[in-house]
Amino acid sequence: MGNKHVNAIVVGAGAGGGIVAKELSVAGLSVVLFERGGWATYDDTDTDELKSQRTTVLGNAYGPDDLRYKRVVVNTDGSTYIVLPSDGGYNNNAACVGSGTVSYGAMAWRFMQEDFKLKTTYGPIEGSTLDDWPFTYEDLEPSYEKAEWEIGVAGDSTRNPFAAPRKKPYPMPPFSHNREAKLLYDAAKRLGYHPFPIPMLRNSVPYGDRPACIRMRTCCGYACPVNAKCGTQNTVIPIAIESGNCELRINSVVSEILVNEQGKITGVTYFDEKNRKQTQTADIVVISASATETARLLLNSKSKFFPKGIGNENDWVGRNLQGHAYTGAYGIFKDEVYDDLGPGASVAISDFNHHNPGIMGGGVLCNEFIRMPYAFTGIRPPGAARWGKEHKSFQRLNYKRVAQAVGPYQEIPNFESRVEVDPAIKDFWGIPVVRLSGTRHEKDIEGCKLMSEKAELWLKEAGAIQTWQSIGGRGLSGGQHQAGTCRMGNDPKTSVTDKYGRIHSVSNLFVADGSLNVNNGGFNPALTIMALGYRVGGYIASEWSKGNRFK
Amino acid sequence: MANYCRKRLLQINKTRSQTTDKLTIKSILLMNQQAKLTRRRFITLSVLGAGGMLLLSRCANPPLSQWRILTEQESNLLDALAEQIIPADEWPGGRDAGVTNFIDQQLAGPYVRFQDTYRKGILAIQETCKAKFQKRFEELPWEEQTRFLESMEAGKMEGENWGKGFDRQFFRLIRDHSMQGFYGSPRHGGNKNNVSYRMMKLDYPVIIGQNRYNS
Repeated sequence: MGNKHVNAIVVGAGAGGGIVAKELSVAGLSVVLFERGGWATYDDTDTDELKSQRTTVLGNAYGPDDLRYKRVVVNTDGSTYIVLPSDGGYNNNAACVGSGTVSYGAMAWRFMQEDFKLKTTYGPIEGSTLDDWPFTYEDLEPSYEKAEWEIGVAGDSTRNPFAAPRKKPYPMPPFSHNREAKLLYDAAKRLGYHPFPIPMLRNSVPYGDRPACIRMRTCCGYACPVNAKCGTQNTVIPIAIESGNCELRINSVVSEILVNEQGKITGVTYFDEKNRKQTQTADIVVISASATETARLLLNSKSKFFPKGIGNENDWVGRNLQGHAYTGAYGIFKDEVYDDLGPGASVAISDFNHHNPGIMGGGVLCNEFIRMPYAFTGIRPPGAARWGKEHKSFQRLNYKRVAQAVGPYQEIPNFESRVEVDPAIKDFWGIPVVRLSGTRHEKDIEGCKLMSEKAELWLKEAGAIQTWQSIGGRGLSGGQHQAGTCRMGNDPKTSVTDKYGRIHSVSNLFVADGSLNVNNGGFNPALTIMALGYRVGGYIASEWSKGNRFK
Repeated sequence: MANYCRKRLLQINKTRSQTTDKLTIKSILLMNQQAKLTRRRFITLSVLGAGGMLLLSRCANPPLSQWRILTEQESNLLDALAEQIIPADEWPGGRDAGVTNFIDQQLAGPYVRFQDTYRKGILAIQETCKAKFQKRFEELPWEEQTRFLESMEAGKMEGENWGKGFDRQFFRLIRDHSMQGFYGSPRHGGNKNNVSYRMMKLDYPVIIGQNRYNS
């Protein structure tokens, strides 16, 4: 039995796709929302550190699984090796309804005005594809606001003087600080910095018919037991389904985008939950599968019109893969700074996010989410024992006395850091897998060093008696913050999509996820991906209502 | 004979029910089901005669190991290694926390891909000990064991068994897996009686909804 033709297909029910599906279905379009995973619930995943989104040694609690998925990583010397989803090198993003928004730390950052015009701000940088976005912060501001109010953000919009201007405050009041955040807050004040509570996609008060946060220590990397964390799975996706216009098709793996004799997109092929190959046709297709998987799908969709993959005429699909180099410092305090008030991260400074002399960009610095016991076994000052009696004593004596200040350094976009499809290796369904290669830009390390120095200084002022830095390395990064592989731009020669996420060479194919990011900000990118979802989804819906069928 | 099989399974269950979390209970239930199945099969097969003989011979020589993957000897070595990685002090060490049980359980699950590495590493350790000390690793004095592991960690092992940095690689594996068994969730067979959580003064299990904090 064939599938009924619909107006729109959305591939990927994550931060971007969930929102697009909602925008389109409430506007009256019939939608099929594909998700390769299923529903993830707290009851299934629990507070198990070894199988969480933070530590995946025993597998990914939120998918994908090690049995059906794999990737190839290219070493700097050209040799390759296979990685499984639970390996760090896989650069995993969760495979479930809501994707990363089920288990994320839920920081809700708007990028700064500078982030939308890095080239203008910092000039060209050698060896980098640095560019301006095809629109400004002001253009995206309404979409940010929509994301904050529809998904739900708790914060104080008046406290960060470096934040870009906004029209409306956050819908929920900010969270209180835990003990270590209070120490760091006061220290930042003494240093003349501008500390403020981190905006969070988490209910500080009941919101959206869901209760307030109960401050679990296992939050970042875990599902919420009371549904107080706001993701697309408990906000917009239910609205899309309730509209009656959206069918969520789970455990369905989209393998190819279909192109007809005229070079138009007609739909997708996918493997359903029983691994049967199926076809779904639609007027419009939107890909929101994450920076690695969106690029893979485009590259795997080869036809006589698109022999190198859709949108890849100029070899830009899969390029400029960025994540974040996390960089910062640790400090041991005389007294316990841990008070079990989760999720941990609550205070931030944005003083070093831009305008650092000699450095491109920078990043926000925060106190870190609570580290669970196994994660803490790897946290030691240089020279300290990595096992044995001394290691165990450190674990016992210092677990509650160590604080970390850390942040995501905004990576300098690098053309050679990329996603391809492997010519030989295939996944369970026979689909060619992602092949990752490249490194971060050589100048990234300077920004990382600066941020780590500032973080160490901050911890010392807060009273740490011993401190050490942990500086982001040069290895390829994508991970949960993956971005950049289908860059937006006005020039089809140096970008993949236009300013509304439409693939330059195709009238009815869109991208709506982190792939669009021209650069990835000195922030966690989730709220920006959501804002892009509203922008792309909103554009399609408004054009549709005007009669545009994207033919 | 059927009775023996059941007793044997119960005995194994007893050893394994050290932790009291949900999953273990689930697995015990599952094993009891399997025990029942075995008995039913025994009866069926007895009737069939030849098949009965097959099962009889298996029961007459029950597997010597209480483990899923490991042999008794291998488990003795892993106990010693786990104790070196996390030694007992005022709190129990890796051995008593069930690290070996954790590793055995994972080798039959997500760590199935490490089975060969374990076999190769265990062989390398024991052959080196035999050549050097005429003893098994677990029979060496504590300080000697520590020095041995320090050499592995530093990549200073000699001989064919340790080529291409295998000493460091296997040491890291043993260390990481021991840490996971001791500090990870008890549902995976280690961290017996929440020992590491208690040592680190972490309330566990977390009681959902007790909401004792201001937000």
